[in-house]
Amino acid sequence: MSSAAPALAPTPAIPLPASGQLTKKALTADHPTWCPGCGDFAVLAAFYRVLEKLNYPHQNIVTMAGIGCSSRFPYFVNTHGGHFIHGRALPFAAGISLGRDDLHVFVFGGDGDGFSIGGNHLVHTARKNVRITYVIMDNSVYGLTKKQTSPTSPLGFKTKTDPTGAIDQPINPMRTLLNTGASFVARSHATQVNHMIDMMLRAAKHDGFSVVEILSECVEFYEGAFDAANPRKGGSWKLIEEKKSDGTPEDEQRHDVTDEVAAFKLATLAWPGAFGVFYENKKRPTKNALEADLIVKAKERTKNASDLALLQATFAKLR
Amino acid sequence: MVSPNTPETQGGISAVNGRPPRSIQDVVIRLAGNSQDGIQAVGGFLARLAGRSDQDVMTYMTIPSTISGGPSIFQVRIGTGDILSAGDRADMLVALYQHSYDAHIGSLRPGGVLVYDTDHVKPNPDDNRFTNVPVPITTATVEAVGGTAKDKGKNIFILGLIARVFDLDVAKLTALIKERFGGKTEDVVRNAMLGFDAGYAWPQNNLRDLFYRFEAADRPTSTTSHPQVTMDGNTALAFGLITAGVRHGAGYPITPWSSIMETLRSEFPKYGGVFVQCEDEIAAVSTAIGFSYSGRLAITGSSGPGLSLKMEALGWATMAEMPLIVVNVQRGGPSTGMPTNVEQSDLMQAIYGSHGDAPRVVLAPKNVEDCFYVAIEAARIARTYSTPVLILTDMALASRIEAFDQPDLPKLMVDPAPDLSERDADFKPYPLDRITRHAPPGTKMGSGKYPTVTGLEHDELGHPTGSPKLHLQMTAKRREKIKALGASLPAPELSGDSAGEVLLVTWGSSWGPGREAVVRVRKAGVKAGHLHFRHLHPLPNGLEEMLTRYHKIVVAELNDEGLYGFGQFAMMLRARYANPNIVSVTKTDGLTFKVSEIVAGIAKHIESTQLDASVGVTAQSPLALQR
Repeated sequence: MSSAAPALAPTPAIPLPASGQLTKKALTADHPTWCPGCGDFAVLAAFYRVLEKLNYPHQNIVTMAGIGCSSRFPYFVNTHGGHFIHGRALPFAAGISLGRDDLHVFVFGGDGDGFSIGGNHLVHTARKNVRITYVIMDNSVYGLTKKQTSPTSPLGFKTKTDPTGAIDQPINPMRTLLNTGASFVARSHATQVNHMIDMMLRAAKHDGFSVVEILSECVEFYEGAFDAANPRKGGSWKLIEEKKSDGTPEDEQRHDVTDEVAAFKLATLAWPGAFGVFYENKKRPTKNALEADLIVKAKERTKNASDLALLQATFAKLR
Repeated sequence: MVSPNTPETQGGISAVNGRPPRSIQDVVIRLAGNSQDGIQAVGGFLARLAGRSDQDVMTYMTIPSTISGGPSIFQVRIGTGDILSAGDRADMLVALYQHSYDAHIGSLRPGGVLVYDTDHVKPNPDDNRFTNVPVPITTATVEAVGGTAKDKGKNIFILGLIARVFDLDVAKLTALIKERFGGKTEDVVRNAMLGFDAGYAWPQNNLRDLFYRFEAADRPTSTTSHPQVTMDGNTALAFGLITAGVRHGAGYPITPWSSIMETLRSEFPKYGGVFVQCEDEIAAVSTAIGFSYSGRLAITGSSGPGLSLKMEALGWATMAEMPLIVVNVQRGGPSTGMPTNVEQSDLMQAIYGSHGDAPRVVLAPKNVEDCFYVAIEAARIARTYSTPVLILTDMALASRIEAFDQPDLPKLMVDPAPDLSERDADFKPYPLDRITRHAPPGTKMGSGKYPTVTGLEHDELGHPTGSPKLHLQMTAKRREKIKALGASLPAPELSGDSAGEVLLVTWGSSWGPGREAVVRVRKAGVKAGHLHFRHLHPLPNGLEEMLTRYHKIVVAELNDEGLYGFGQFAMMLRARYANPNIVSVTKTDGLTFKVSEIVAGIAKHIESTQLDASVGVTAQSPLALQR
């Protein structure tokens, strides 16, 4: 009988870390199907480390993805999770997050999934500030379908759909992400494992919609795409120095992560741009909290009446 | 002027000119005006009054698809005994404008009552088929209400007039008016009552011969255990979902589905739930599936074109075996089509509109009351068989108001709590020998292995596979569970003769006119049955033999006869039963079936000479005055 059963708790606290320590062994599932040398291996290894450090109760972690090479991710992580349709992992994850506030929801996907077919969902999930951590593994090419132009492929890049070189202006991922209203936006590189761990950790701990774009090379179809930001390949690795508010003169030059305009300036730097946290807004309430508040207020108005009593009262008015 | 609110008239008037009111069973009142005139409100008051008075009631309305303005009608049929359809023709027409008169005078039965606003309407002086009642509705309302309200309140004036002519229960009616306007200022209530009183008093001096009263109901009145509730189909469906323990959902606005999502958006939080308005139809179905995966059986819905957008995700839900409720409030299509008209043309889309082999469950409610119960059944099937379930309702059910017995809520309420208990070490999300039961996230896995839900073909643990053998086995698993559901279903509702000349088949909202058509056909001496389907896919078992007992099986549905001369359900039945006697009656004028249209269709198919569209109908309106 539903009147006896408790209604859904409006805002259950996210469970505290379990007593046992999560280990990479416990988190490892199927062997990845990626090509040898793919940048995604490093992202996966970093994610294991992130989960070890977060040490959430194992059963409360959810790993979701859409379609693409990188979206195979959930099969390789031993947590609850799934593999949804192309581009729609974010609204699916929003259902999980809004349905169950006791879960930690991670979404992985590629540039096609996130910026092309799923572009509209990215905008609206970010705008609503649903509590989800979203990692975009950007390789600037469609890999699973074997080399077609992606929304981040640079002009002139030759693919099977642009044999004479891409002619359409690519998306600037950082500018796009800032525009969506995402409350945490960071950028990293698959060759910088410690930096990836740091960015994903901060994203996971952010209360809201957090997104980390990771440049992750496709060795099969776009070799060397991100060498310009890889010091070992002669590139430059420009880290964002965040403001420490220590009163020193050099602090003036550092980046204020709460400053959206400054973040936009960083996003428009010439390729390969900067890496680190571009923007962080800790003040904006999450949709999870706002919906929970609607429930609390509705329950106050109805004086916590049982489901049955509420329904009976409504039907009495319909007589 | 006699105010109906004075105590002496509270119990109604016993006689006029020394004559008692004339007894009637069933009357159809059509109000025709513009969409801003509030005639829907009058219809709503009459329907709710009927519900509170143990009379049966059915309403029918059309609204223009433009945002404001345009002709609009509201038809209400009130009677003693079962009302099955909104009525083919009206007994009383209230025409507010010339265009209302011109468009609807043809729907008035001979002997019927024409009430028209003399300020706007000039009726044909040569037409003496009706009792003409000229009333300066606009002027009288302005005089009665006064002030700056202009002719606002015409609708309540008309309500008063109707209340007097049909001797309606004024105490109950004024209580309804006060409830309706109670939230507003006292002025609004007072103006409404002034308008009502003026309308009620009008016939006293002018319409003395028009005085009727409904016969007392011969069935046991339901004042004790189950009072009547009055609502439209979309509201009934929304509260059916809540009763079924559904607390989560997502949608995108589209007519005529929107009012379901509006109701759920304001109701779910009271029950601890969430309804999300999404950026598009695809996000809505995806969010709903996400809710379901998280252990909260969810609802999404739309109308025709919106359902098409959801199809890819529904394919996923079939493959991943995720429970889900999808409501499609059908309208005229394809594309934007006739968004405020009715059609039953999404059947094939509901059953087959996906990629791959994706067996679907499709249900259709037969009336407003059934919108409530079909939601409960959809939730039960979705949970038991871990599958998406589509509910095919339509524009006619969505907006029409009916009164029905209040459901036994304590008995029907379902507990929505998900099962998060730890699963045994041998748990498999996709066992080949059992129906899938997902372990929602938050569930500890005894094996330490966490399940993956996926749209890729998968093994029993949810891992992707390219194995031909597993694809065969898993396809069969998904098919067999739906077949098992089919085997568990009750036989469809059969009424009339169990063998004979013709079996009329209907589904969804065509139930009422279908049932009434068979009653009329049998009155004409034709042996006929009526078989109504609520479960459209899978079909219940064991119908082959029943279909052989009739010479013709006539399927009446609101869609086109298609390239091969058969409506969508007729096509399905022909494919399923390979019975060449299955034929079609279809139409696509955007309106519900008239009983006479179905009778005419049956007559054509059985080549009957005695049967014509007017069989079983008295030509004269029961309101006709003896002259």
